[in-house]
Amino acid sequence: MSDLPLIQADRAVPPPAAVTPTGGRRRRVRLLSRTDRVVVALMVAVPLLLVVGLVWLPAGATVLLSGTDWDGIGPVGDIEWVGGRNYADVVRNYPPFVPAVQNNLLWLAALFVVATPFGMFLAVLLDKELRGSRFYQTALYLPVVLSLALIGFVWQLLYSRDQGLVNAVLGTDVDWYGDPDVNIWAVLVAAGWRHVGYIMLLYLAGLKGVDPSLREAAAVDGASEGRTFFQVIFPVLRPINIIVLVVTVIESLRAFDLVWVINKGRNGLELLSALVTQNVVGEASRIGFGSALATVMLVVSLVFITVYLATVLREGRR
Amino acid sequence: MSRPRTRAEYLARLVPPSVAGLDRRSLLAGAAGTTALLGTGLIAGCGSDSGGSGAKTVSLGSNQSDPKPKEVVAKVMDGFRTSSGLEVAVNTVDHNTFQENINNYLQGKPDDVFMWFAGYRMRFFAARGLASDLSDVWGRLSGMSDAFRRASTGDDGKQYFVPSSYYPWAVFYRKSVWQQNGYQVPKTLDDLTALAGQMKKDGLTPIAFADKDGWPAMGTFDILNLRINGYQFHIDLMAGKESWTSEKVKKVFDTWRGLLPLHQPDSLGRTWQEAAQSLQQKKSGMYLLGLFVGQQFDDSELADLDFFTFPEIDPAIGAKALDAPIDGYMMARKPKQEANARKLLEYVGSKAAADITVANDPSTLVANNEADTSGYSALQKKAAELVGSATEIAQFLDRDTRPDFASTVIIPALQQFIKDPKDIDGLTSSIENQKKSIFTD
Repeated sequence: MSDLPLIQADRAVPPPAAVTPTGGRRRRVRLLSRTDRVVVALMVAVPLLLVVGLVWLPAGATVLLSGTDWDGIGPVGDIEWVGGRNYADVVRNYPPFVPAVQNNLLWLAALFVVATPFGMFLAVLLDKELRGSRFYQTALYLPVVLSLALIGFVWQLLYSRDQGLVNAVLGTDVDWYGDPDVNIWAVLVAAGWRHVGYIMLLYLAGLKGVDPSLREAAAVDGASEGRTFFQVIFPVLRPINIIVLVVTVIESLRAFDLVWVINKGRNGLELLSALVTQNVVGEASRIGFGSALATVMLVVSLVFITVYLATVLREGRR
Repeated sequence: MSRPRTRAEYLARLVPPSVAGLDRRSLLAGAAGTTALLGTGLIAGCGSDSGGSGAKTVSLGSNQSDPKPKEVVAKVMDGFRTSSGLEVAVNTVDHNTFQENINNYLQGKPDDVFMWFAGYRMRFFAARGLASDLSDVWGRLSGMSDAFRRASTGDDGKQYFVPSSYYPWAVFYRKSVWQQNGYQVPKTLDDLTALAGQMKKDGLTPIAFADKDGWPAMGTFDILNLRINGYQFHIDLMAGKESWTSEKVKKVFDTWRGLLPLHQPDSLGRTWQEAAQSLQQKKSGMYLLGLFVGQQFDDSELADLDFFTFPEIDPAIGAKALDAPIDGYMMARKPKQEANARKLLEYVGSKAAADITVANDPSTLVANNEADTSGYSALQKKAAELVGSATEIAQFLDRDTRPDFASTVIIPALQQFIKDPKDIDGLTSSIENQKKSIFTD
């Protein structure tokens, strides 16, 4: 899965001084042989080409297409430029847009405020080596192994109004997926169900790596459990915290599969990603309009990416 | 490519492509491991061109990917081979994938003949020059009603489509439930409302209803529009020529609002299958849907399923128009084997092809009215009669208008209406504004 964030590269060991003063003349010592340099050049060039070709060019093309009304038919030369009309339409004339932005923010808030801390809490509990902790760990991690689309199907069986388990057990007839006031929360429970397991595993890995002497020192000083966690352990977990933060933001921005499986992101389940797909994929596509929505999403992502990079770079400089 | 099934096929494979004249497309398709299933024309695709004539084959792009329809297509193509001596290379693609890729498919190197739908979806590609004129084929077809001809006609008055099968939309019910309660088929909207009121008293949900997937409610909108404003208005409205803020459209929504309390509540969280099951379980009295509603019934219960066409609302308009989506065949803009492609199209529209379909597929109706339909079930016979007596056949909202308009504007709008049926003015003006930004060319 592409979920796992890359190991941070900002803690690299500084290279050994490449300059050795010899006598009166300063001479650069070649640390790299010719083969090494070719390898390094390739290692830089190939990923660079891939990133430019597969990420930056399409992103640039999306921004360009967002100023046209192309429908995917006909030669590129026939594409008509319409300027900012798509953006004007998105904002003024497209009822699902505002709910989509709200839902994306709600998604972020729910994962951030509820699911992530809960995952953290479970990790701390499991770290205590309770009896059967392996079992709990597996049970909680299980949803992460399933694809979100499959999770959509599983929860559909629980939430169906007429035939679902939830209504049958509670004796209610709530329209979990159909009532736009309820369905986003119902979906968030399903999405959170998966997210919690994921965060739990990340934290568990972090907690196992915490130096036990820190805990001992805290215990010797007579710190309470809570205090030890918040003032000793949590700060030590800083790298994990950043990863979890990023994962949470990514998860909420790319939220898509679940609502798509349920009702293609309509009727209370609008998300930016679903709107982009609705407009771009399929026959007689509104590529220009969909690209405008995609550009909005790109801008939103850039905000988070910038914040993340700024934090990481500042860290690296320290 | 599929495994060779006979020794002859295996030997035919041994001929190198350069000699056999295997076209680049199917070679690439085979190499890429896509479902370039050459079907019955396996040898044909590989070998028969070696003589250099190159005139014995025709390729068909098929979206009939489910086992049963796929088998029917293969049988029809067998029939074509027997009658014409030509080989058909069938290239089957998953149904939804075919639909989503149709733009790229038609602009790339499509098969000579491809399967598609009637209605705007057909006219759109015809107008864009991505399909060929089939008027001469139509001149040789017999057994096609005028309604089918009209549904196959492009904006320029020429035919671009050969219909093969279709299914009507109607109001379905269980005979046993109706007999038990003494219900009569309603002839007018007032009859229908009175009947629904009676059903409510009898503890039934009068009209089963579901719109989680967005499209089933289009059927309700369509039929009300056809009954209130007639076929031509439906076509013009779908083509973007009429205003959604007109009184005519508002009257459709207004009538629908009156009927909504008789529909199953909480429809936005329910799939059509679940709604159909409520009819099957005798919890609902009737259900407006396509003939495919029968899929939710056991074979033993199918005899208990019956239907009537949606009743008349305006006597001046009557109740003779209906939604009956038609599936069929079209020809690519520049087919490689044009003469053969025309022969194939003539064959798939013929009585012979229809007879093969009737004999092999019990779930569909064939377009050719000369076909031997003695193999039809009572329900199929009645459905065929209903469509045969229709004066006009609409194709369903999302086949009669631009697909981007149907999916990005109409689905959310109808769901909004079902949620909050009060604000018809706001709803129609929102649709109209969005329509203007989509129907620009």
